[in-house]
Amino acid sequence: MVPLSAYVAVSAVLFTTGVIGVLIRRNFIIVLMAVEIMLNAANLNLVAFSHYLDSMAGQIVALFVIAIAGGEAAVGLAIIIVVFRGKISTNVDEMNLLKW
Amino acid sequence: MVAFFFAYFSLVSILAGALTVALRNPVHCGIALLTLLLHVAGLFFLLNAEFLAIVQIIVYVGAILVLYLFVLMLLNLKTDERYLHARYPLFLVPSVLGFAYLLALMLQSPFGGSKGDAPVPAVLQHGDTYAVGIKMFSDYLLQFEIVGVFLLGAIIGAIVLAKTPTGADAEQE
Repeated sequence: MVPLSAYVAVSAVLFTTGVIGVLIRRNFIIVLMAVEIMLNAANLNLVAFSHYLDSMAGQIVALFVIAIAGGEAAVGLAIIIVVFRGKISTNVDEMNLLKW
Repeated sequence: MVAFFFAYFSLVSILAGALTVALRNPVHCGIALLTLLLHVAGLFFLLNAEFLAIVQIIVYVGAILVLYLFVLMLLNLKTDERYLHARYPLFLVPSVLGFAYLLALMLQSPFGGSKGDAPVPAVLQHGDTYAVGIKMFSDYLLQFEIVGVFLLGAIIGAIVLAKTPTGADAEQE
């Protein structure tokens, strides 16, 4: 029997990987992928607690998280296409369209 | 047996997560993310959440990741010489400190709590899909509708953003 804390530890490691990826990568698409890693870590936590505390609520919320991730990916990638069409680099430290 | 599969799925998913962040070529990062998503789906299977595992494979791997790979293919990005952010050590230190804080919180947490109304044998009687469906369309109906409206808004937003500017739009500019 695997203890709950093992799942929570795996989820914490994955979440930290995602945070590091968002903070240190330059390519905007990879930053979005790192956000997906963080959402997956949160999902893993929700499902693990749902299983160990005998409740269905965690799995329902995890389903909603997957739906929200789909919307986020669609809008984020559309923004990347718009930025790329304007001949601007997709690196996050060179995008300054809205700065003045 | 469960412990063995847990060790396999968790180790490979952590490794794939690290590779997603560390690899240089964006397409390789996408493949590493694919490995991560499939192994997290395996962890969901171990937790008796087979409906969620299948949804993860269909929606995440089949739709979201394919969308990412499409955009990578369309943009045809060249691999940059410098692929990390200009001041990345500045960000690396706080995130590692944050992880240490997370671990410290976790080690002193009891993880107890009142039990819910869905014990494992009751769920296994009709299957996970049945339990999720009954709960989703009774207690969480409003949230379900809100997610539907959100997805409609996201679709419209993505179409408006990614639309090629037509003649009338170009004249205005």
